Amino acid sequence: MLDRRTLIQAAIATAAVGPRLAFAKADTEKRLLVVLLRGAADGLSWVAPYGDPNYAGLRGQLAIGAPGASDGVHKIDGTFGLHPAFDWLAQRFAAGDALAVHAVASPYRERSHFDGQDALENGTATALGKRDGWLNRAIAPLGGELGNETAIAIGTTTPLLLRGETRVANWAPSRLPGVDDDTLSRLARLYENDEFLHARLAQAIESQAIADDAGNMGGKRRRGNAQQQFRQTLGQAAKFLTAENGPRIAVVDSGGWDTHANQGAATGGLANRFRGLDAALAEFHKGMGATWRDTAVLIMTEFGRTVRVNGTRGTDHGTAGAAVLVGGGVRGGRVIADWPGLNAGALYQGRDLYPTTDLRSLCKATLIEHLKLDAAHIDRAVFPDNTPVPVLDGLFA
Amino acid sequence: MTIETAIAANRFGLGARPGDLDRMGDPQDWLRRQIARAEKPDPVLGALGDTPTVINEIFELRRQRNEMRKAGEEFVNEYAKTVRKHYAAQVLARYQHAANTDAPFRERLVHFFTNHFAVSADKQPMPAIAGLFEQEAIRPNVTGKFADLLIAVEQHPAMLTYLDNQRSIGPGSRAGKAAARRAPERNLGLNENLAREILELHTLGVDGGYTQTDVTTFAKVITGWSVAADNDVRRNGADAVGTFFFRSRAHEPGTQRILGKRYPDSGVNQGVAVLRDLAVHPATARYLATKLARHFVSDVPREALVAQLEAVWLDTGADLGAVANALVAHDACWAEEKQKYKSPHDFVISAFRALDYTPDKPQLLFAMLEQLGQTPYRPGSPAGWPDTADDWGSADALYKRIEWAGAVGDQAGTRAKPLPLARAVLGPSLSPGTIKALAGAESGGQGLALLLASPDFLRR
Repeated sequence: MLDRRTLIQAAIATAAVGPRLAFAKADTEKRLLVVLLRGAADGLSWVAPYGDPNYAGLRGQLAIGAPGASDGVHKIDGTFGLHPAFDWLAQRFAAGDALAVHAVASPYRERSHFDGQDALENGTATALGKRDGWLNRAIAPLGGELGNETAIAIGTTTPLLLRGETRVANWAPSRLPGVDDDTLSRLARLYENDEFLHARLAQAIESQAIADDAGNMGGKRRRGNAQQQFRQTLGQAAKFLTAENGPRIAVVDSGGWDTHANQGAATGGLANRFRGLDAALAEFHKGMGATWRDTAVLIMTEFGRTVRVNGTRGTDHGTAGAAVLVGGGVRGGRVIADWPGLNAGALYQGRDLYPTTDLRSLCKATLIEHLKLDAAHIDRAVFPDNTPVPVLDGLFA
Repeated sequence: MTIETAIAANRFGLGARPGDLDRMGDPQDWLRRQIARAEKPDPVLGALGDTPTVINEIFELRRQRNEMRKAGEEFVNEYAKTVRKHYAAQVLARYQHAANTDAPFRERLVHFFTNHFAVSADKQPMPAIAGLFEQEAIRPNVTGKFADLLIAVEQHPAMLTYLDNQRSIGPGSRAGKAAARRAPERNLGLNENLAREILELHTLGVDGGYTQTDVTTFAKVITGWSVAADNDVRRNGADAVGTFFFRSRAHEPGTQRILGKRYPDSGVNQGVAVLRDLAVHPATARYLATKLARHFVSDVPREALVAQLEAVWLDTGADLGAVANALVAHDACWAEEKQKYKSPHDFVISAFRALDYTPDKPQLLFAMLEQLGQTPYRPGSPAGWPDTADDWGSADALYKRIEWAGAVGDQAGTRAKPLPLARAVLGPSLSPGTIKALAGAESGGQGLALLLASPDFLRR
């Protein structure tokens, strides 16, 4: 008896577009997971500059304590420590395969989340600088025909970062009952002259097959609160990235980082978010197994938050912040920062951490040194207005 | 019956119910009548209560919960339960009303502006009041002056709480000075969130020509715009807990300059004056005209249409009824091609209406909208839900619609008569390809699934 995947593939193959189905292996063994923290995650709590003489004073009740103090940071070096909620990530720092970049920012210099995220994802200084995502442009040489997608967005919608000319896959777990194969075949025929719907149906069927193959999760049992669901999402990302002939790059979204009120310090709202992120990353690490050695995870956010505490025990939209890179091939255990300091004269517009590193330098390093993409292609097509900014080198073994 | 009949019901409205197309009469008149007259009140919506009552109830429960928690007692979280109860009731009422309303064009405007002025239910206590915000601030104002809608929105307790303005304190106000003396380490003070989003999302748009200084100054202007608490009622003369309250002690004194214009300190009216000017600002006209054209007609609306809506906006002092009528009158809105891929929200409502189905189980309704990607009243940010096929048309999202259509078909089984139903709700806009697929379906249920997942039904 024909299995479901074969049956539907046959139905689709008879239709006009007739794509080959199955993710073809992209021309790289490297894996990349990008985690977008939406809402501006507070870099000064995430990778806390506990050793900066002005930190404790300016941050007041939101300051994270020095290493050794109760609820103090996980020490990275004499200046920086990781928020105490990151137990797993701290182990990776200790093991030397995680690093943070600090005082880092995209070139966007206003304070709107929505524009800031668009700029972060389109790779320019403004929301309207480009209409497609830099990661989409970057992976053009790796292929992205229907059934040959290099990248997948895990979530109901595809983030701008992955939108563009290169075709990418998209998948989110379903709790809906499955649909029968005959109906799918008939829809494939009904969509025959509708390129938009036809292409999407073909892609959906293929993603569904991988999700089902991968440990029979199928995502049907997605339960629990947002943090547990995020952990499942990263578990699913690992399944896609380790599937034979699966995609090599995955992007996931994480929301809720906009801590205007009652942010908390070592415990509280933000700490709970960090703990959830840490648990999800640990789940991903476990799921990647031996492939971890070929994997990099890039975690970034649209901008930092104000250095000072606001009137509602939170922080407002700022400028520079932190980003983290973790993976088997990362030369980690350190924080890379041209640290501007937190004394009053050093703050950007008197309120924010001063940006000293262009976030795109980190993105470029990941594309060129990890994914081994051609540097000339990156300068020409991915970050054309960023050519003079050097690649952060030496990040990967 | 002409193609315009189907367009009026499906593009301007929320989707035809069987019989709607036959009863409509002249499509443009049908649309204009919905703008000219308010609907008669729907008892389903009327039964939801009002914001002050609900806020009173849940804040009291929250206080009790916190006391029990502090005392270390075992307790049932009545606060969370009650918030969920209100959320479920408001979501159910919203979709029941949408499934049954005879004024679906007006209702689409209600949903459009609720999304434009989004308060997202992922922040407490929004789930308990987001639906009431729609009933109280949005629904009565969608065909009046935009300024009145704007003021109702920015003074509603839901918006003031969602964007943190109820705690914003002018540094030079009496409350600000007192706080600086008593508790300098708490740094109580200005919160820019609401002011920024009013400029960026509600009126001018992000390219509307304002500066960071305008944001900070505007934040000062609306300090004191708050929600009445217990002691405001007992001591400060507020009407009732959970109503809009201007806390003059927290209001930053003095004349302020925004977008080059001076606004003398007139207490609460200082902010009202700014909102009235923002409502008729050319940047606001352009931004809202573009959003409306994109919502109703096309992801990339024709410039002529946007310019026409913009002109009417400016000529009429932002009269939303006149703008809606301009939409009805414009040729670009009647193009035969269906250019809009439905959002999950639109898709589900149009399916309810096609099937003459009134949802009655809130958990089921909630689960289906969540699975299809649009959890009710929960866009996740003050920007609201996005509005293009790029945002909603992913492969996986399509697959979920198909799964849902399949489940609906299974439920209907042999009772479904897909082809007559398709003709009744899509009229002359039904394509030969869909007719052929429905005619060849192996069962009524499968035919219904194919109809709901057909290109004709996924777009409007």
